[in-house]
Amino acid sequence: MELLVASAIGIMTAGGLYLVLRLRTFPVILGISLLTYAVNVFLFGSGRLTVGAPPILRDDVTAYTDPLPQALVLTAIVISFGMTAVVVMIGLGAFLGSDDDHVDDQPDDADKKADGAS
Amino acid sequence: MSLFFIVALPFFGALLPGLMNSAGRAACAGVTFTVSLAAFIGLLTNLPSVLAGEVVMARVEWMPSLGLNFTLMLDGLGFFFALLILGIGLLIIAYARHYLSREDNMGEFFTYLLLFQGAMVGIVLSDNILLLLVFWELTSLSSFLLIGYWKHLPEGRQGARMALTVTGMGGLAMIGGMLILGQIVGSYDLSVILQNRDLIQANPLYVPALILILLGCFTKSAQFPFHFWLPHAMAAPTPVSAYLHSATMVKAGIFLMARMWPVLSGTPEWFMIVTTAGLVTMVLGAVIALFKHDLKALLAFSTVSHLGLITMLLGTGTAFGAMAATFHILNHATFKAALFMSAGIIDHEAHTRDIRRLGGLRTLMPVTFVIATLAALSMAGIPLLNGFLSKEMMLEEANHTVLFGVPWLVPALATFGSLFSAAYCFRLIGHVFLGPVRDDYPAKPHDPGAGLWMPPGILVLLVVVIGVAPFLAEPFVKLVTASVLGGEAEVPKSYFKIWHGLVPALFMSIIAVVGGLLMLAIFNPALRLWENTPRPEAKRIFDAIVETSVRLARQLILPLHNGAFSRYAAIGSIAIIAAGFHAWTTGTVGAPTRDVQAAGLVAIAGWLMLVAATVGMVFMHRNRLLSLILIGIVGLMVSIGFVFFSAPDLAMTQFTVEVVTIILLLLALNFLPNRTPVESSVLRRVRDVGVAVAGGLATFVLAYYYLLRDAVGTPISEFHLANSYKGGGGTNVVNVILVDFRGFDTYGEIIVLGIAALLIYALTETLLNGPVRARLLNRKPDQVRAGDTHPMMMVVLTRVIMPVVLMVGFYIFLRGHNEPGGGFIAGLIVSIGVVMQYMASGFAWTSARLKYPYHGVIGAGVLIAGLTGIGSWFVGKPFLTSDFTYVRIPPFEKFELATAALFDVGVFLAVVGAVMLSLESFSRLARTAYTEESEHAMDIDPSRDDPPPGGAGLAKEVV
Repeated sequence: MELLVASAIGIMTAGGLYLVLRLRTFPVILGISLLTYAVNVFLFGSGRLTVGAPPILRDDVTAYTDPLPQALVLTAIVISFGMTAVVVMIGLGAFLGSDDDHVDDQPDDADKKADGAS
Repeated sequence: MSLFFIVALPFFGALLPGLMNSAGRAACAGVTFTVSLAAFIGLLTNLPSVLAGEVVMARVEWMPSLGLNFTLMLDGLGFFFALLILGIGLLIIAYARHYLSREDNMGEFFTYLLLFQGAMVGIVLSDNILLLLVFWELTSLSSFLLIGYWKHLPEGRQGARMALTVTGMGGLAMIGGMLILGQIVGSYDLSVILQNRDLIQANPLYVPALILILLGCFTKSAQFPFHFWLPHAMAAPTPVSAYLHSATMVKAGIFLMARMWPVLSGTPEWFMIVTTAGLVTMVLGAVIALFKHDLKALLAFSTVSHLGLITMLLGTGTAFGAMAATFHILNHATFKAALFMSAGIIDHEAHTRDIRRLGGLRTLMPVTFVIATLAALSMAGIPLLNGFLSKEMMLEEANHTVLFGVPWLVPALATFGSLFSAAYCFRLIGHVFLGPVRDDYPAKPHDPGAGLWMPPGILVLLVVVIGVAPFLAEPFVKLVTASVLGGEAEVPKSYFKIWHGLVPALFMSIIAVVGGLLMLAIFNPALRLWENTPRPEAKRIFDAIVETSVRLARQLILPLHNGAFSRYAAIGSIAIIAAGFHAWTTGTVGAPTRDVQAAGLVAIAGWLMLVAATVGMVFMHRNRLLSLILIGIVGLMVSIGFVFFSAPDLAMTQFTVEVVTIILLLLALNFLPNRTPVESSVLRRVRDVGVAVAGGLATFVLAYYYLLRDAVGTPISEFHLANSYKGGGGTNVVNVILVDFRGFDTYGEIIVLGIAALLIYALTETLLNGPVRARLLNRKPDQVRAGDTHPMMMVVLTRVIMPVVLMVGFYIFLRGHNEPGGGFIAGLIVSIGVVMQYMASGFAWTSARLKYPYHGVIGAGVLIAGLTGIGSWFVGKPFLTSDFTYVRIPPFEKFELATAALFDVGVFLAVVGAVMLSLESFSRLARTAYTEESEHAMDIDPSRDDPPPGGAGLAKEVV
């Protein structure tokens, strides 16, 4: 089981990293989302894996899983939505303003700027 | 008055001049003067205790763990400097009121001045060396603002930059030195450090610490070879020059050397470095000063020279040297501030400071003449003026100082320096005031109003009084000297007298004065010789060094930072992986402590789906819609994983967030191209695969290793599990942590979420009001739109389902404290319900039925959460302490009321507001782009059957 979770984290990280290194905004945003999943699961894993012992207190149960990583990851998930939304908005604004969704400065743009400045 | 007030007054007072700016110049200067005066009087109230030899202390623990405490100390030395800073500060403020012209922003000027004053007072009153460093850097920053006050002058800006660079670098070095000192002694309190002379001087780190601290002092006090910044700082308005270069900024280095004198001085290293630097600076400054034509430049180099003199005296390491230095600090402050102010008067009235264009001002400006001449004669060392006394003491001390084993070296150089010093003073008097009246002054010079000549007049009065009756200053100077010496040596018995008899110092003095007069007589040939002598230009060297470092920095940074995000991301990833690899190879890992759990078929199937979706995304990311669907699968599998591993709350959150994220990305995809073109080369893709695989492997190995090992310490979760019900009144521990144990975290998080949503809203507004608006209006959808804009089944269903969704949300919210659920999840569920209405019935229809703007909802949420937290203050508990009780209202069962639930309402509202504001902003963009939206949600789009020619009609009707 641990192998499955760890490898899933690894695979999601690898996919996320690859997509983050792409040249257009949309794949980069998806890459960041994939990385977010990986990070969240990784943090969640810091409470170790427990099956069938949710941290809901019951009278006849004594073993529970670690609730703290869950609480932290819960807010992380919500915040990551806010972050994704902001990044998407920035990417969208840039695209609408210039009809270009590259994440890198384009060489001809840089030349134009340099010409304008001189 | 408490020392805290004395230090804090200028800082808080700095707020006032800006506010008083519109009340007029007199009010602005008046309020500044009052603030300074209050601090000054506050200082004087401590005079009796200082005179009694006590050390006044004030102490507040700030960061005790770092050894950083807000500790202030007032002894003789601190009192002396604070008196100079505040006293001369008062005169400068009065002077600046009349000096600044109407174009100058007086509020800004006085704000900077008060900030600077506060920082200086802070330096001299600090008892903690870390605190001292903070104030030290503050003086660098505020003097930067003061020197560059005339922003329109390039010299002002360059001078300010140079001063900041040099003094800032020195400050950095000093931080290192002070930290070493603190480490040696084990305390950062000056009062402790000053008691540990032997410990410090025996430590092998003494020399590095000494050099680093001296770097700070020498840069601040413009000692050779860092003397070059001071003349360039003369581009500042004259009040600033008078203040910075007579009593304050440049004296800070001197102050620190005096302060550290008991522990640092007396060693051969101290003697060699400090005396040599002081001697060189003194001679060099005096020689350069003589040949400067700008009145302020002449005074600047004379300041450099006199600072060298004081440094040299401190360097000798004898008690008499320390006393002479203290006395000269006082005398120099009085005559030099008076001279600077006189130079400012001449500049103000004659509109030039060039000595070659002046002369004969004696009859035109008699008052200024008297003031400047007395101050200059004092600087030259003429009897009956205070400069004579301390110069005499300096020569006496020089006579006993043997440097490099050559007994005549120091006396000869000291006499030589004094000779040039006398010469430039005589030149100042002779070439500016004496001689024939000219007819080509840029403006007709005349004496200014009392506002300008009174402040230097008061100082010159002191010059004369101390000069004639030195016994008046003697007890005070000896008191200060005693605190400089700090008990390491006896205060010298010798008395301050004008006539000591026919001692060597007198002959040296006579040589200097006569030589100075002769020098003036042969000034013109000497000037020609000077101008024909090649010599290094400090500013050019400085500029060259700066340029070289800029070029090197560019060569390093530009290849890394070329504007390509993908490059930064790759570099960042590789760096993190490398750091992790290093830690991995050098660290140790314990044996596994947990057993591997067997994986069932279901788990493997879930894993397969997740992996397949991830791999599919990588391979098919060029088809954007498809990759969006695939990431949805990944998210779904992650949610299921959370359920499987006992995290129902997480699963619900992940699942609902997944829905809104996908909707958000769909809205964005509406505008973005549907496909990502192939652009990167194969080589590049291989590189990216390499980075990705390395990163994936790293996280895999890290995760695998720690999943099989228990935490080293006991997790604090035990506490949460044990106290969740007893203390928080809830059985869902995750929720109790969120709203109770770590409520402050959650509070911060909903604020961040709200800010993110507002940011999105602001960006949308900017886009819609900018050039993008026209583009949006002219935009044509790149695909045929659905004919059925509002599918009837969907409209009906969503409306029917809406109350159910709200009910579910309400239910999830209420059970949150005891069962999986809570504010976050309920907020997301309700948002999805509202979004469904937008999607089915259209934007216009839904917006028309909304009563509250989403910003308001976010604000209400944050406010409710905050007020809940504040509520606990009223019962004397810390912020966000929660309480709960059980109520029973017949015929219902007993139920629980908790303040945490109120907090959760805040969370709920903030989440709803933030999610909805984000999504709404996106759809407003879409709405501007192509709206053919009717207010009736169930219309059929007729344009589908009868498309307008060219499709251009779509964008015309904008609602």
